[in-house]
Amino acid sequence: MTGRWTADLIFGARLGWAGGRDGWIRTAMTAVGVGLGVAMLLTAASVPAMFQGRHDRGAARDFSASIGAPLAKSDRTLTVRRYETWFRNSSVYGLELQPDGPGAPVPPGVDRLPRPGEMVASPALARLLATPDGALLAPRLPYRMVGSIGADGLIGPDEYVFYAGSDRIAGREDVYRIDRFGNPGGGPEELSPMLALLVVIIFVVLLLPIGVFIAAAIRFGDEHRDRRLAAIRLVGADSRMARRIAAGEALNSAVLGVLTGAVFFGVGIQFVERITVGGITVFTSDVSPDPVFAALVALAVPAAAVGITLLALRRVAIEPLGVVRRAGATRRRLWWRLMLPVLGLALLYPLIGQVGATGGRLANAYQVAAGAILLLISVVAVLPWLIEGVVRRLRGGGVAWQLATRRLQMGSGTAARVVSGIAVAVAGGIALQMLFSAAAAANTVETGQDTARAQVQAGFGPGDGPMDAATITATFRAVPGVRSAFTVTQFYGVDPAAQPSASGQPVISVLIGGCGALAEIAVIDHCADGDAFVVNGRGEAGAQGAATPGPGQRVRIGDVEWTVPAAVRPALPGRDPLGREAGGVLATPGAPGVAALPAANVQTLMRVDPAVPDVYEHIRNASFRLSPDGYVNLLQSTRESDRFTTIRKSLFVGLVITLLLIGVSLLVSMLEQLQERRRLLAVLVAFGTRRATLGWSVLWQTAVPVLLGLGLAAVAGAGLGAVLLGMIGEPVRFDWASMAGVAGVAAAVVLLVTALSLPALWRLMRPEALRTE
Amino acid sequence: MNDRGVPLLVGRDLHKSYGPTAALDGASIHVRAGEIVAVMGPSGSGKSTLLHCAAGIVPPDSGRISYDGRELNAMSDVERSALRRREFGFVFQFGQLVPELTCLENVALPLRLDGVKRREAERRAAGWLDRLEVADIAHQRPGEVSGGQGQRVAVARALVNRPRVLFADEPTGALDSLNGERVMRLLTQAARESDTAVVLVTHETRVAAYSDREVVVRDGRTRDAELVA
Amino acid sequence: MSIGQAFLGLLESQPRHGYDLKRAYDERFGQGRPLHYGQVYATLSRLLKNGLVEVDSVEPGDGPERKRYAITAAGVTDVERWLGQPEKPDLHLQNTLYMKVVLALLTGRGAADILDSQRSEHLRLMRELTRRKTDGDLADQLICDYGLFHLEADLRWLELTAARLDDLAGKVRR
Repeated sequence: MTGRWTADLIFGARLGWAGGRDGWIRTAMTAVGVGLGVAMLLTAASVPAMFQGRHDRGAARDFSASIGAPLAKSDRTLTVRRYETWFRNSSVYGLELQPDGPGAPVPPGVDRLPRPGEMVASPALARLLATPDGALLAPRLPYRMVGSIGADGLIGPDEYVFYAGSDRIAGREDVYRIDRFGNPGGGPEELSPMLALLVVIIFVVLLLPIGVFIAAAIRFGDEHRDRRLAAIRLVGADSRMARRIAAGEALNSAVLGVLTGAVFFGVGIQFVERITVGGITVFTSDVSPDPVFAALVALAVPAAAVGITLLALRRVAIEPLGVVRRAGATRRRLWWRLMLPVLGLALLYPLIGQVGATGGRLANAYQVAAGAILLLISVVAVLPWLIEGVVRRLRGGGVAWQLATRRLQMGSGTAARVVSGIAVAVAGGIALQMLFSAAAAANTVETGQDTARAQVQAGFGPGDGPMDAATITATFRAVPGVRSAFTVTQFYGVDPAAQPSASGQPVISVLIGGCGALAEIAVIDHCADGDAFVVNGRGEAGAQGAATPGPGQRVRIGDVEWTVPAAVRPALPGRDPLGREAGGVLATPGAPGVAALPAANVQTLMRVDPAVPDVYEHIRNASFRLSPDGYVNLLQSTRESDRFTTIRKSLFVGLVITLLLIGVSLLVSMLEQLQERRRLLAVLVAFGTRRATLGWSVLWQTAVPVLLGLGLAAVAGAGLGAVLLGMIGEPVRFDWASMAGVAGVAAAVVLLVTALSLPALWRLMRPEALRTE
Repeated sequence: MNDRGVPLLVGRDLHKSYGPTAALDGASIHVRAGEIVAVMGPSGSGKSTLLHCAAGIVPPDSGRISYDGRELNAMSDVERSALRRREFGFVFQFGQLVPELTCLENVALPLRLDGVKRREAERRAAGWLDRLEVADIAHQRPGEVSGGQGQRVAVARALVNRPRVLFADEPTGALDSLNGERVMRLLTQAARESDTAVVLVTHETRVAAYSDREVVVRDGRTRDAELVA
Repeated sequence: MSIGQAFLGLLESQPRHGYDLKRAYDERFGQGRPLHYGQVYATLSRLLKNGLVEVDSVEPGDGPERKRYAITAAGVTDVERWLGQPEKPDLHLQNTLYMKVVLALLTGRGAADILDSQRSEHLRLMRELTRRKTDGDLADQLICDYGLFHLEADLRWLELTAARLDDLAGKVRR
């Protein structure tokens, strides 16, 4: 018995090779399709290792373990100063290092500490500096490059990192003394339950369509195979043997597909360092699939191939004289298809309100995953029924529409099978987007910054050298692309007469700026140099009950005592572009006594023309020229959690890749169908059928099932989204815009598939196809 | 022998190669309005290619084809398609009916391609099904009818737009003698009644006997007894 | 040509007068050569003598054409026997066409020319038969088809022979 089995399986496997050009192409197509899916699965299996690697290297160069208790200077200590700047949208992470002795620690990826005036840089930074664009960054890194930082000192391959040697930073306030790099406990905290839920759902949403895709790939060229099996039946194989031979063939292409997938994966990761997903790149060495999962893939895919083939053959009777499809005989039943979403809801419903939005871990990850899978799979189960039911009722319309709908009426199974992948991806995408907009609302902070009034803030501390507001303003105004700039100097003083209390001394804020600058901060009726105002506002620093000073009030600022001018006038409080409410004293530089005040924090706010290329880089360079220690910030109206943005972007990219992959299988089945109908197409052309008519019919034939699939996906996705939102206790909101976005991507895939199949259609429509006899 | 005025369709000195093999090597054909011309010859002699070229489906490598005073070679693909849609009809040996459409819808197709409303197109199509004695299978699909019935549906479809030339490529090739006779009788009857010329490609003399005149193709060349001056 | 069996067959469907018999025969089997009355009555009297037909009735008046003939049981048996007996296949080996092809071959002429001229001649007759068949009743159709298939067979043999000879000539030349 087993001998027969094996013999039939092997015979089937050999057929995959020996079936002539067509058989070979079919085997290759399935192998490539399965291979793509397997490569995606292996990539997904590598994600944990990927993040682990990044996390480990991040922890290895972390030096915060030494910061807790101040260290005494010794042979084995190192003084470090963080230096961070930005180049376009990428941050540049740098440290200035000054060893206290010969035993000072060396950061990972570096052989020895750079000497003063030297630096070592990450390969990505070195490459950037070598390009013409690098000239925009080079002025801010006035060091000689003497080496590069190895991969074990970098989180990802495209990170901009440098370590500069210095002999001037010891003794400064903004430095740390450390005796080692590496902080095993350091690194990002554990994912919150909400984020964990998101990650679980993301995996489900991305992996399910890949599964559907692999299943579709295994059935590439089914009809061809069935005809061949019919021929084998004619020479005496019984129907069981035919089934086993088909299984052998499927097994052959699936195993080949797994191997192809391994090759794709192996080749693909060689290029992984050039790919950026949501600002993240990974090292090739980080991409190593979880061995258990990889083994599972290698076994499950061929097993599934055999299972799917045998299942598909149940609907087909392979007779010696041809293939009879039983699809038309049995109307699809609904009840068992509806069991899946009911079961899924039954799993998820008890969790409503049970998953804490903060704190604790996601305890029921498997239950959540199982419920979500069932809900999403139900799309696959219900879709064929839905398409069949709807298509049966379609009639009327133009010729193209008629051709398409009639074709679907004859057999919508293939269409449903292929579209279900898209539908699952979209349903998952919609659920995720709902979860995301809720999470985004919870994680996004309104900064209160008014980006219409100013886009860039630059500032210098009192230690950064003698700063003259007029010089600073003039320097920034000279930068091309800066439309306006105003500078204020901020002093904080105390009332010398007041007694320090337990809650601290009341702070009096004194802001010095030109009339134009003051008008941005408070409501001032008229102003000339020499004027001063008091504002009865909360004041940024006045939270601890700052008194509103009156004329003649004495204020101690550092070592200087200053008297509020007698001619001070009251003004109404306003908000500056950073969203801060002014309070205290506002004075022009010409007001009495102002010139004698000591050095203080200086801030410049700028309005820029964002259309001027690299205006921000020029501003950063101007700031660096004024003082290397200044800072430049870009104003934002909202701020999202960084990790959040990354997940969101990766999800979108994953969804697009998945949809493209499914688009490939749509394309293959469309081409197969066209190939099968080439003679008919040629006849239609002979008749004088317009190309456009046939093109439209191809479009409708794809679009109708896809639209139905998208509709079903919207319902299922919104349902899953609502349940998930209920689980984390968020109000259910439908994010129509992002639903439309996801559906739009899917629609774009359909259009792309149609567009790509048109050349084949044109080619098949050439009348040469008439000469088949 | 047949003097019914100037030819409607003339193909002269046609050459056409598929790769290294020459399918047509200097073939000529002319068809007058309403006459039935049989194109005969052994298989592989280039009969079908001659039909494809004459009907403007395949452009010849060289040679001229004129229909009703217009040069087919000078027309764009769109114009030729429109010409085939309005002035020509086609019947092939097999595989020409759209399997998803009912017989009635198949016959209505050429009219609908030319913009006739569905109701009107199907009304006219039903009339033709009746003339070809297949009215009873109007609502069946091609897969459910016999070969002879299918071929008569195809003839109805080819004639529904009242073409001036009907091109038939081995229309009885896949049928037995009785069904073949029936298709030929109905085809020629209908064509003569509507004054449609027929170009009939066949290798069977009995089928060719339904014609008024024959053109013999051998090795891509024709022996047309009476070449037009 | 067995006129006797033909008469018996015609009489089996219904009794007829001698004149009707002649007309029915000419219509179906005459092929443009009508029977003489003498032939008709000679045959009928032979059938009478052998007991295969009998005089069914005689209408008043004079002349032999007033007699109506009917088939006897023996006559029915005779028709049955005749229909059941296969005809000896007639191979027209001495056909003129065959002679022409052989002579063309002997004299080194091409067979294709004979084929072409013969085909157009055959087709002329076949068109004529096809026309008659389309306009006629069932009997016309049957007789015309008979002729058509035979003519077609001639042509097919000629085509095959021409192709063979061309093939052979090609081999000889090489």
